[in-house]
Amino acid sequence: METAKRYNGKIVLVELLIIFGGLLFLVPFYFLLVNSLKSFGEILTDAAGWPSAFQWENYAGAWEKTSFPKAFGNSLLITVLSNLLLVLMCAMAAYRMARRPTWFNRILYMAFVAAMLIPFQAIMIPLVKVTSVLGIMNSRTGLILCYLGFGAPLTVFLLHGFVKSVPLDIEEAGRVDGCSPYGIFFRIVLPLMQPIAVTVVILNTLWIWNDYLMPSLILQKPELFTIPIETFAFFGQFTKQWDLALPALVLGITPIVIFFLFMQRYIIDGIAQGSVKG
Amino acid sequence: MMRKKASQLLQQIIFVGPSTVFFILIVAAPFVLGLYYSLTSWNGISRQADLVGVSNYLHIFTRDLAFRNSFVFTAKFTLFSVLLTNVTAFILAYLLTKPFRTRNVMRTVFFMPHVIGGLLLGFIWQFIFVRGFSSIGEWTGLSFFQLPWLGTESTSFWAIIIVFVWQNAGYLMVIYISAMNNVPKNLMEAAQVDGAGKRQVLGKIIVPLIMPAVTVCLFLAISWSFKLFDLNLSLTKGGPFKSTESVALNIYNEAFNISRFGMGSAKAILFFLIVAVISMLQVWATKRKEVEM
Repeated sequence: METAKRYNGKIVLVELLIIFGGLLFLVPFYFLLVNSLKSFGEILTDAAGWPSAFQWENYAGAWEKTSFPKAFGNSLLITVLSNLLLVLMCAMAAYRMARRPTWFNRILYMAFVAAMLIPFQAIMIPLVKVTSVLGIMNSRTGLILCYLGFGAPLTVFLLHGFVKSVPLDIEEAGRVDGCSPYGIFFRIVLPLMQPIAVTVVILNTLWIWNDYLMPSLILQKPELFTIPIETFAFFGQFTKQWDLALPALVLGITPIVIFFLFMQRYIIDGIAQGSVKG
Repeated sequence: MMRKKASQLLQQIIFVGPSTVFFILIVAAPFVLGLYYSLTSWNGISRQADLVGVSNYLHIFTRDLAFRNSFVFTAKFTLFSVLLTNVTAFILAYLLTKPFRTRNVMRTVFFMPHVIGGLLLGFIWQFIFVRGFSSIGEWTGLSFFQLPWLGTESTSFWAIIIVFVWQNAGYLMVIYISAMNNVPKNLMEAAQVDGAGKRQVLGKIIVPLIMPAVTVCLFLAISWSFKLFDLNLSLTKGGPFKSTESVALNIYNEAFNISRFGMGSAKAILFFLIVAVISMLQVWATKRKEVEM
């Protein structure tokens, strides 16, 4: 896209324009951070200005009332385990479906692809019934199992596309050298799938970490709450008490923003790659 | 021979079994069960669900004004948000493929809102619409900032659009950027040598060659807009007076607030059909515009 143009005056002007646009884009975060450090009265009288004194105790209050560490722990556990299991389980399925396209596997793959069109709202009502029959209501394990099922279609689809691009010769070489079918998958194909696995993990992390609806249906005990449900419950209780609500929001977004800033190159590349396949 | 068959069967079960089981339990079975519930008057609690035939569907089509309103809202919302998100994303991508010094930083900035998630973004913006805008309004005297953003029907519609575009433009921008980077440079240089202006290069070369990205971005934007839920719940709760209640929120309220699981299921099935048909039509329409290199 970039032709061999010099960094000339006109480009500088456009760049300044886009930097200005970027700053405008960040204004909501300015409002959030600045007001999270003001007293309640000051939030109401002057929301745009700089705080006259930093009210750090706002954060102490929000930290306690939201039981933030617990919610963070739940979110982390659920996101990490769901991701690991989802990617491993779907890599195995996608590999087999791509390499053994029997009539059964072809129909199954088509069912997975078709299911990507099902919005969660279309299955949530019976899912509540199914999960209570299975006895996995109100547990983190139950929620993880739900993510494995609902995340499988897209994950299998993305990985399936990748497996088809892996040359068969490598696997045949492994077979000649006496590798078992499982060995071929775990020792040869799975390591090769790393780039697409990163993409899949990124897409699923953004979705699972931020998901509100599924956990709100499955988890009812407050000690199991993830960050989104904890935040929602907190807002219901402290509506318009901005000096508590805003620091709680800052705490809520901090983990994922830090994760993003550290991983941003991978995340942005991963999304670009995922979209080409999807 | 027998041993080989048994080994193949075992491999099939080990490799494909787990995802198939979860897929059936969490997606396929509930979906089929939902079809059945949609024909009942089940309230979610009683053991027995009484079959009522298609009367739920008839009710939705003939008498359920709230559902109709939520559908009109969602359709209108989708139209504007898909257009605005894609135009914004395209312009950002076009600018951010220029050789800027701050290119990567700016890409990060525009992408950032997407990682936070709709529910929390809705709460952040609730504060900004209620307190932040009025404060800017006092400073600048601009009437735009002094509107009762979440208080009237038309302004809260646009409030959700603003937040939606802010949240998602950066994601689509990333997809457009990667597509633009794949447009061969020599093609553009050749066109420029032949005397094509910027507008011609954009319209005759870049846009046709990135049509696959357009397909993907339209698909994503349509499906996100149609499934609008988190943002809707935390920003306006569907208000004022249910004027911004999306279809997804309407279904949720039907089932979990007034406990009409049968009716909710019927709405959910209709919702699925609408989403599926629109998505497939869109992909079919834009795929025809894609050109092979």
